[in-house]
Amino acid sequence: MSTTIEHIRTELVDLSNEEINRYSRHLIMPEVTMEGQKRLKAASVLCIGTGGLGSPVALYLAAAGVGRIGLVDYDVVEANNLQRQIVHGTSTVGTLKVESARARMVDINPNVEVMLHNRMFTSASAIEIAQPYDIIIDGTDNFPTRYLVNDACVLLNKPNVYGSIFRFEGQASIFWAQHGPCYRCLFPHPPPPGLVPSCAEGGVLGILPGTIGTIQATEALKIILGIGNPLIGRLLLYDALEMTMDEVRLHKNPDCVICSQNPTVTKLIDYEQFCGIPMHDHEDDGAAGGDWDITAQELRDKLDSGERFRLIDVREDFEWDIVHLEEAELMPMGTFPAHMSEFDSTDEFVVMCRTGARSAQMLQLLVSAGITRVRNLKGGIRGWAQEIDPSLPVY
Amino acid sequence: MPTIRIPSPLRPYTDGKSEVSVVGENVSAVLRDLTDKHVELRQHLYNEAGELRPYVNVFINGEDVRHLQGDSTAVTDDASLRIVPSVAGGLSG
Repeated sequence: MSTTIEHIRTELVDLSNEEINRYSRHLIMPEVTMEGQKRLKAASVLCIGTGGLGSPVALYLAAAGVGRIGLVDYDVVEANNLQRQIVHGTSTVGTLKVESARARMVDINPNVEVMLHNRMFTSASAIEIAQPYDIIIDGTDNFPTRYLVNDACVLLNKPNVYGSIFRFEGQASIFWAQHGPCYRCLFPHPPPPGLVPSCAEGGVLGILPGTIGTIQATEALKIILGIGNPLIGRLLLYDALEMTMDEVRLHKNPDCVICSQNPTVTKLIDYEQFCGIPMHDHEDDGAAGGDWDITAQELRDKLDSGERFRLIDVREDFEWDIVHLEEAELMPMGTFPAHMSEFDSTDEFVVMCRTGARSAQMLQLLVSAGITRVRNLKGGIRGWAQEIDPSLPVY
Repeated sequence: MPTIRIPSPLRPYTDGKSEVSVVGENVSAVLRDLTDKHVELRQHLYNEAGELRPYVNVFINGEDVRHLQGDSTAVTDDASLRIVPSVAGGLSG
């Protein structure tokens, strides 16, 4: 059964001869026709994030002729984004992502209006940013923002076209409380901090967000056009390694805190507190906090002073092979618990990883086991390469 | 034999296997069998009190067990179960 955005008005929209030619492959399909193409032109879509998922969404929605496309991102393009964030390019490294994306979109289709929101999507800004759009596409990278996007969409009664990726697997659905379950119906509770690795820590196949983002863009077009069977009440599960695409059925949770008959969440909350983690998934933020951290310079001084301590690198062996410090010893996270009994609580330790995030978790593990003379290399080996030895490769 | 599909974030704890054959008459029993076979998985599925963690979603034949009989949902010999994790990746992903 098709579901559509009710209030799209096509009376004031016209297509020029250039547009008719441009969209001719759409116009000859009975499911689209001139009327459908006008609906696309009259519609507006907000894409939150212009990264891995947002890239194909932005490109295809622009190409398809969605009239107004909003982009939310406050980041700049980095070289290590380009493995998957195909809306950006080598020539736009260092520029704002929203501007980089707009340039590419307008090049594809100058008929679309691209609105830039170069700011963070937060509880304070979400309603104002999302309000003017018909459809919200979630291309974010962290749990707090995902719950925020969900709640804003429920409160504004807008469809949330959801996609999420990890390594070789992706998920997609439309959460639209008016017609089906919301994100909280499926995931009422966020996982505890640190238990689910982020893509920045766990990695992702570069093509995967292309597949999932393209599914999100497809679903957005379908609900604008009011055609087909939308991904409402269904969660699509894609596995690139097995090359399978399955789905599971989702139901509205009668006790959902936000989309049930008697909600207890009636306005946006503090999502960082709710999830226990910050609203971004940056690579240079690994820190244990306060006195538990040691900076790269402090570690250099400590090594130079000849102090006795063990420097433990908790990354995987294949990461160690890319780059490591000579003074370090390798002890991958997975093997860490098995080594715990060998640690002497009178010894001093510094733990490190790529960014400082995983080693901060291992620091907590050590401290909870009574080994308290331990510090975490803030920023990891990336920070070391930046501050101490720029000749090292960073990844 | 029923099978349980393992999502990639949990495959490091199942020797990389994407699917594990299990025995048991209900959801609780097959999950116990799964975590007996792959002990490291236990802490990721259960909390200290031995309860299934609330963010772990278990589906049987495409249906969420929370909307069936939960842990005690019957598992037939040809059942396909799957664990669906919360994943957040996208932008930096």
